[in-house]
Amino acid sequence: MTNKIRVATTSLAGCFGCHMSFLDIDERILELAEVVVFDRSPITDIEHCSIDCDIGLIEGGVCNSENVHTLREFRKSCKILVAVGACAINGGLPAMRNFIPLEECLNEAYINGMGVENAQIPSDPELPLLLDKVRPIHEVVKIDYFLPGCPPSADVFWKFLTDLIAGREPSLPYELVHYD
Amino acid sequence: MAKTITIDGLSIPFEDGQTIMQAASDAGVYIPHLCHHPEFTPHGSCKLCTVKVNGRNCSACTFPAMEGQEVINNAKDLNADRQKITQMLFVEGNHFCPSCEKTGNCQLQAVAYHLNMLDDHFPLFYQHRELDASHTDILIDHNRCIFCTLCVRASHEHDGKEVFAISGRGINKHLIVNSESGLLKDTNMTASDKAAHICPTGAILIKHTAYQVPIGERIYDHQQIDQVSLNSEQVDHDK
Amino acid sequence: MQKFIQDLITINRYQATDLLAVLRAVQTQYHYIPKAAIEQIATLMAIPRTQVIGVIEFYSFFHLTPRGQYELLISDSITDHMLGKHEMTAYIEEVLQVKLGEVRTDGLVSFDNTSCTGLCDQGPAALINGYALPHLTPPKIDQIADLINQKRPLDEWPQELFEVKDNVLKTGILLDHSLQPGEALHSSFKRGLKETLKELDISGLRGRGGAGFKTATKWQFCAEEQAAERIVVCNADEGEPGTFKDRVLLNSHAHQVFEGMTLCAAIIGAQQGFLYLRGEYLHLYDKLNAILNERRQLSLLGSNIIGSDFNFDIEICLGAGAYICGEESALIESLEGKMGVPRNRPPYPVTHGYLGKPTVVNNVETYMATATIAVNGGEWFAAVGTEKSKGTKILSICGDCDKPGIYEVAFGITIQSIVDECGAHDVLGIQIGGPSGTFISNTEFARKIAFEDLATGGSFIIFNNTRNILDIVNNFTHFFAHESCGFCTPCRVGTSLLKNQLDKIVNGHGSAGDVVALEELCQLVKTQSHCGLGQTAANPILTTLERYPELYQAQLKKISYEPGFDLDAALETARRLANRDDAAAHLTQVEEG
Repeated sequence: MTNKIRVATTSLAGCFGCHMSFLDIDERILELAEVVVFDRSPITDIEHCSIDCDIGLIEGGVCNSENVHTLREFRKSCKILVAVGACAINGGLPAMRNFIPLEECLNEAYINGMGVENAQIPSDPELPLLLDKVRPIHEVVKIDYFLPGCPPSADVFWKFLTDLIAGREPSLPYELVHYD
Repeated sequence: MAKTITIDGLSIPFEDGQTIMQAASDAGVYIPHLCHHPEFTPHGSCKLCTVKVNGRNCSACTFPAMEGQEVINNAKDLNADRQKITQMLFVEGNHFCPSCEKTGNCQLQAVAYHLNMLDDHFPLFYQHRELDASHTDILIDHNRCIFCTLCVRASHEHDGKEVFAISGRGINKHLIVNSESGLLKDTNMTASDKAAHICPTGAILIKHTAYQVPIGERIYDHQQIDQVSLNSEQVDHDK
Repeated sequence: MQKFIQDLITINRYQATDLLAVLRAVQTQYHYIPKAAIEQIATLMAIPRTQVIGVIEFYSFFHLTPRGQYELLISDSITDHMLGKHEMTAYIEEVLQVKLGEVRTDGLVSFDNTSCTGLCDQGPAALINGYALPHLTPPKIDQIADLINQKRPLDEWPQELFEVKDNVLKTGILLDHSLQPGEALHSSFKRGLKETLKELDISGLRGRGGAGFKTATKWQFCAEEQAAERIVVCNADEGEPGTFKDRVLLNSHAHQVFEGMTLCAAIIGAQQGFLYLRGEYLHLYDKLNAILNERRQLSLLGSNIIGSDFNFDIEICLGAGAYICGEESALIESLEGKMGVPRNRPPYPVTHGYLGKPTVVNNVETYMATATIAVNGGEWFAAVGTEKSKGTKILSICGDCDKPGIYEVAFGITIQSIVDECGAHDVLGIQIGGPSGTFISNTEFARKIAFEDLATGGSFIIFNNTRNILDIVNNFTHFFAHESCGFCTPCRVGTSLLKNQLDKIVNGHGSAGDVVALEELCQLVKTQSHCGLGQTAANPILTTLERYPELYQAQLKKISYEPGFDLDAALETARRLANRDDAAAHLTQVEEG
């Protein structure tokens, strides 16, 4: 167990679609489980990374302060950090709010929007604050690899991880490179 | 005997007056490009088609083919630079492929796929750009404009109109339309104009046609841009 | 306004090529180009309104929104910074109550930066409604502020405010041999034009703008082109920061420059000539036109020049704030009334130039030299200089030295001799050829001014040891991003990326990989850009990175990565709206511990 490759995953400002797609590797997950153990991940419900993770897979962009903390924990804990999917790579759909000022977004959602009752912008210190823009993760920490796609297909995950595990420089053939 | 140049060691015939790009595509050699289109005056601005001609960088779409040229095209360093230039186009604008109805049919995306571009590399510019949905049949999304001027040239050279122009300087360059209001609806553009169908990205779109072909079954989902481009452009060059 | 524009265009019989002149007049009158004006100009000149808008948005001196009735622009060149630009800016903001980049609320005055005004030996300098104001000092600013607040028209301002000095400190074969108007033409006609071209060939004269193409060859190529009409253009768009020699040559030797142009016309067979004068030199415009008139009266311009069957005339076209128009094909586009975007080459201007006609474009100093050579012969000129660089070069020396000004030096002169002559002490390094040239360190003073070693269009900026190299490089890098025409991707996007990446490093947010990324980007912009601007835009970084790598390294943090944006500031809006300031409402820039 101890010499298995330790993989952690998380979703920041994402939709978990990349995680779902990862699970689409279907029965190949058994093969993967032979050599890999999952650390912090929505799959395991482990809350924090072990300090010696080998691979961190990050879905989603950085939209709030909590995302920054999570991303930093992953960077500190993982030897290899991977941006997974369109949102992690360029902010993706959540980043489409970047062209509307944050104040306008919050006012629309919590003050002036249709059906809003007890209008107020949440101020509970437990809640993470939003960044003025949604950023790709490589603008916040150093990223080693990028897996494009919305989501990247199961085959992308499979190709990338099997390359890495086999000690090959990961590469994606033409048919696996997609931004949609 | 026909005059020839060599591209990556391959001997290629050309006729006087042809550019390196024309000679190459006639011979079935793909040189990556975005602002070039065989029907219109070459522009030479995107710089994806930069090739080495006798050791010197030249834009294949504007540089005349001349006897004895040794051209390097499909080389590792050139393709690495092409990838970076493509990444520049991505960070300059706001390209969210998953939400763009041009995805799969987009030449910017297809060139990026062809060059195996996996990320944007550079920091994004987060430029604020507008939409112009005023026209009943045509939409302009300035977020996706790469200033290739194909719409400008198509409108001028093919449609006999002056609907589009590029204005501004440096990173503030932007596409403008020829109406007093600045809106597309007040120009003489129609959906049958060549200019409405020439955009290599999703910046100019025909409305109400978005998802007639589902994602996954679009042009570049199954074919690489080199083949698509050669198939369509060889014919045009021969005209 | 309608009548103003109608009269302007019809009285002057302006063609589409005169768009810049029209827009200059409208901007001067209304301090912006109103929408209605755009419509009227487009209609009267029969050009698409998009061309009018494109040109307005391309040139720095045209505006779509109102500026002040007094448009005050302060020169942002590094040499102005060294002479106190920052302090003068703060003082102007205080005295005139207008922030840099803004229009005062009463609309009377606007204040902004402008690229180098060519007054580097007498900065910090400014432009007021286009006219040069050298050597700003607090008392002068007080005076200017009073004049503005009293709404006094510019022609009532004291002339000494506008007094621009020549500061010629060393003369050589060109500046020592001033010619009588007509002398070079008489000599040439007497000798024969073909023979004169031969003398020019013998002289070995190469273009003085910096690129150094052989002048006789250029004229020969143009003359050989089959065409009904040919064009002579003098490039006086002296925009390279630190260069001001053309300003002096045009102020004191204009006859000789025009004579060189006329000689060129006679040799290549041209009837039409243009002097493209940068907008910043508006103060020379009337004087130069008067000289052209004088030459017409002397039968040195116009029909049947000095009794021959040769007809030629010169028109002065003013630029409107665009460094790129110093590039010859961009200059030609600008002459045609368009945005200054460099053309694809081939074809070159000698075959397809202004309106497609074969065109010779040469620098002010080049034309001046040709006139002198026509009188004194090629051998005389070639006796000075080095084998590959004949003759002399007129340098604009500025920065940290006792005697900034104009120096005519023989090619082959060492940097050390120049440093000694202009009284430079404790020198850190010298920017030769302006931002697009080379930064040399104080260990390289044995090098020479010559095309084969250090080529320069004239710019020679000296920095002493109190200066910070990264500040200098940063100023130059911002300059290029501002001046990129935006035509090609590598320069349009690349110069702005360079600016941002360098800012990150200079502001202390760089980490290990950032200098590597910077250098990689430099190479891309240098090798892939369309024209000389982009190809040289990375030179300030590359030439200093090569010489002072430790300076860049010292700016870097010992971490693997730091964001290029301010993380905590990115939470500011959310903090304010949620009314929070607790510890969790903040972020450190880099991870602690």
